[in-house]
Amino acid sequence: MNRNLIIGACLSSVVLIGALVSFMWTPFETDTVNIAARMRLPDGTNWLGTDHFGRDLLSMIMVGARTSLAVAVVAVGIGMGVGVPLGLAAAARQGSLLDEVISRLNDLIFAFPSLVIAILITAVFGAGAVNAIIAIGIFNIPVFARLSRGAALSLWQREFILAARTAGKTATRISVEHILPNIANLLIVQGTIQFSLGILAEAGLSYVGLGAQPPVPSWGRMLADAQTMVSLAPHVAIVPGMAIVLTVLGLNLLGDGLRDALDPKLRRRVA
Amino acid sequence: MIAYVFKRLTALILSLAVASLVIFLVVEVAPGDPASYMLGINAQPDTVAALRAELGLDVPKTQRYLNWVGGMLVGDFGTSYTYRSPVSEMVADRLWISLPLALMALALSTLIAIPAGVLAAARRGGVADAGVMSATQFGVAIPNFWFAMLLVALFAIKLRWFPSGGFPGWDDPAAALKSLTLPAIALALPQAAILTRVMRSSLIDILGEDFMRTARAKGLSRRQALWRHGLRNALIPVLTIIGLQFSFLLAGAIIIEQVFFLPGLGRLVFQSISQRDLIVVESVVMLLVFAVITVNFLVDLAYAIADPRLRRRA
Amino acid sequence: MTALLQVQDLSVSIQGKRVLDKVSLEIQSGEILALTGESGSGKSMTALAIMGLLPNAAHVEGEVHLHEQDLLAQTEQQMCAIRGAEIGMVFQEPMTALNPVQSIGQQVAETIRVHSDATRKQAWARAADVLTKVGLPQDRFPLGRFPHELSGGQRQRVVIAMAIALRPKLLIADEPTTALDVTTQAQILELLKDLCKSEGLALLMITHDLAVVSQMADRIAVMKSGQIVEQAVTQDLFAQMSHPYTRALFAASAHQADLADIDLGDPLLRVQNVSRDYLLPRPHPFAAHPRFPAVRDVSFDISAGERVGLVGESGCGKSTLTRAILGLDPVSAGDIRLDGAPVYSNGKPNRYIQRQIQVVFQDPFGSFNPRHKVERLITEPFHLLDHPPTGTARQNAIEEALEAVGLSAADAQKYPHAFSGGQRQRLAIARALIIRPKLIVFDEAVSALDVRVRAQILDLIAALSREYGLAYLFISHDLSVVRSITDRVMVMKSGEIVEHGETARVFDKPEHHYTQNLIAAAPRLPELGERHVS
Repeated sequence: MNRNLIIGACLSSVVLIGALVSFMWTPFETDTVNIAARMRLPDGTNWLGTDHFGRDLLSMIMVGARTSLAVAVVAVGIGMGVGVPLGLAAAARQGSLLDEVISRLNDLIFAFPSLVIAILITAVFGAGAVNAIIAIGIFNIPVFARLSRGAALSLWQREFILAARTAGKTATRISVEHILPNIANLLIVQGTIQFSLGILAEAGLSYVGLGAQPPVPSWGRMLADAQTMVSLAPHVAIVPGMAIVLTVLGLNLLGDGLRDALDPKLRRRVA
Repeated sequence: MIAYVFKRLTALILSLAVASLVIFLVVEVAPGDPASYMLGINAQPDTVAALRAELGLDVPKTQRYLNWVGGMLVGDFGTSYTYRSPVSEMVADRLWISLPLALMALALSTLIAIPAGVLAAARRGGVADAGVMSATQFGVAIPNFWFAMLLVALFAIKLRWFPSGGFPGWDDPAAALKSLTLPAIALALPQAAILTRVMRSSLIDILGEDFMRTARAKGLSRRQALWRHGLRNALIPVLTIIGLQFSFLLAGAIIIEQVFFLPGLGRLVFQSISQRDLIVVESVVMLLVFAVITVNFLVDLAYAIADPRLRRRA
Repeated sequence: MTALLQVQDLSVSIQGKRVLDKVSLEIQSGEILALTGESGSGKSMTALAIMGLLPNAAHVEGEVHLHEQDLLAQTEQQMCAIRGAEIGMVFQEPMTALNPVQSIGQQVAETIRVHSDATRKQAWARAADVLTKVGLPQDRFPLGRFPHELSGGQRQRVVIAMAIALRPKLLIADEPTTALDVTTQAQILELLKDLCKSEGLALLMITHDLAVVSQMADRIAVMKSGQIVEQAVTQDLFAQMSHPYTRALFAASAHQADLADIDLGDPLLRVQNVSRDYLLPRPHPFAAHPRFPAVRDVSFDISAGERVGLVGESGCGKSTLTRAILGLDPVSAGDIRLDGAPVYSNGKPNRYIQRQIQVVFQDPFGSFNPRHKVERLITEPFHLLDHPPTGTARQNAIEEALEAVGLSAADAQKYPHAFSGGQRQRLAIARALIIRPKLIVFDEAVSALDVRVRAQILDLIAALSREYGLAYLFISHDLSVVRSITDRVMVMKSGEIVEHGETARVFDKPEHHYTQNLIAAAPRLPELGERHVS
């Protein structure tokens, strides 16, 4: 059993469970301000301490996890849902006009610095979690389209695909029946990577005030709030930062672990 | 080679054209009229109309698009709604902070990543490899703005080695560089982690190639084979990533500038957003896209120089 | 006289698995020793052990002496000084054996500069000499050429030049011609032979091809599962093979499938004036796409039950023609009909026709989706039927197809990775057979198999053809295989069929000069038991 997979799965599930539990229970309310208890260091009551309004950081982190995960899940969903069919279609008709158009569009989206466009979108349509999701999601589309096109192209050259063609199967059917299952591993691994990038992007947008808006707690905005107090109460900045690092680390390890576990070639090499 | 350059150049111009159209359309659908916004709710209709004419907002959309693009071609980015000064001048001032910052970060990340990646690949499976790989796992997981905050807390506030923010201007180059150092490090480290991983895996792929075995059969030691035959081949894919990173760095700089209160392009964008000065947003975004597309074009050319197989391909 | 290279009781284990078991051999200066055997027998491992290039995990025992020096006792640094200077090595795959970003001059000169303090200029001058010697004269192949600008045979010459640049005493060639076409193979073999003679070079030649072995070697060593089972002077070995494995190998190489006489039926497949062009990239942005004619005006018929061969070197248009016959690609001109109906019409293949033509490909590993079970894999062609069998009928069909190819019904529940290469080719044939086609196309179907397995598969193909009255088109670059399995043969070159006739006639009295060259170039096994006098 591989170590990356175990550590990654543990970290990711802790975050996921924290987010789910927060719907029913958090140690403290996150919207009550208690100035008397502000900037407390971690102790038996507030396990991770309190912020400058006296809010419990653990509770904030748990609720903030919901935002991060939701944004990342939907953004990856948009990327996969649109990108994979496009990539498969392009590969099935390699060299056709469709392929050319899809590839050019991919290049074009790649040419836009993603954060800049996210900023543009939120600037025009207003800041908020939904616009952040759309902005991040759009940039996941070419990632998945390229990945699935590239992987599918090499599969189309394989003899078992030729055999399926001589069995009279249509390109769509071959894509679903033979290509998709064979690139699923790649997609899952890339999915975890994009998921972690989505969390980082959401944190960045929230940090500059273009992501989730108050009163919805989010890790990025917690960091923005903590910035002026870094020297007074470092834990207020360290806690949300570590939450991001550990979540992203967990997802990346999970991705690496899954790749090793799912790739039979690699497994043989290790054995 | 000429055909290759021509083809890439055509693609470049086409991308820029489409990009400008997309940006224009996105900004165009933005709610609200800049002229009424600037003059406030109590403005007289005829003053608004006069301002609209002055800003060039009274002509049809196609005409406005063409004016905008045509202007940019000759270096005229329009006039800021808020400051009533030419956008090109505002941008030029800010560029002198953002561009050096991105370049410093790029250089830093490349200088860290290539040796680290080579080391990890050459000692694959060893302690050095495990160390480098664990470090990169953390590197890619750290949000750069948080890393920046920690750097400020440690090196600026506690140790007072570097300023915690602001920019003294290029009149004093030493001070200017000093104030860009922490931002550049914050930007570079996460990128270096990614680049290290790419360098490592690219080199590992190359080390498994037949021609590496040929090199060993010639009598080259492992190390000689790696430097003479492995590295140049392994750098080809790394080059692409460096090109892509430039775009991340430019965009990343926008957020990092917020952390360090640097008056760069990022700050300009945020100011303009809050003041609904959309012509500035539009132009800065277009400029960034232009920079990214151009850099990727140059990377493609570098590719052709590094890889003789591409030189003759049309 | 002591031998140049002496290997004694060389054993190698990798992670506890013994891959070489007490291998002993000797080579004299100027001698050619062929090391032969099936894949996995340890031939290449022996070469790598001599070169000191085994993977780090390998554990080596025994002795390897080159001119009194014990190679196994040398440090890595000392070995670096020996490799390339005293022992040169040539590999199988010329397409990937050269660094793509360095010119050929640089790569040959590197051998010289690593081992001597020759100046850049001297090294380049020497490189030019060596390249000329291996048949790449400077006026046509300047030093500044890059590998991708050369053909496979030319690249192999560069690799040989690198290996002999410093006049080593020993050259190790690991399957040096396996990846090359037969005419190129003949030239490279000739070159190696000449070099041995003119330079007094000892050659350790590793190859699975017994015909090549018999033509090249002074002595032959036969390997099986990490051991040398027989070693003798070439003539003696052919006169008397003492080990049963050696006999089995040679018998399988010379195997002739049993082709019973058949009564030709009506024409089944009709290929008429077929051409297929490919568009090439534009030379400059405003030019029209140049066209490359992959297949030019090809016509032939195959009758029901007939066994036809198609031979030609790589790039001759065989694959393009195959794809057109299978209805996978349209043709640019001409007409392909089966039973009078076109295989490809209205922009798509004709289902009714496709069910009568099936195909077996070369790669026994690539031809199955690794995620499906045999049952699902071999029933895939049922998709072509309007009412595919279900339930018991389907089970029966699966069983019958598997048993027809010598597998058992129980194999239906296994995944393809559970089968060996030969068994997978049987599965591929079962898949082709299951809807009872009238014609099967075998596209290099036995090229990836070891000789003994190959002989079995050829027998199977011949038997199935007899039993089911099946016609087949057997496509291969290997002349001896085509000869053993077909009644009629077509020779293809540059998209055209240059010769077409009864197999025995074409091979014994080739008319077209290309066929004559091809047949002359193909290495041939001597008659077994006959004393080989060269």
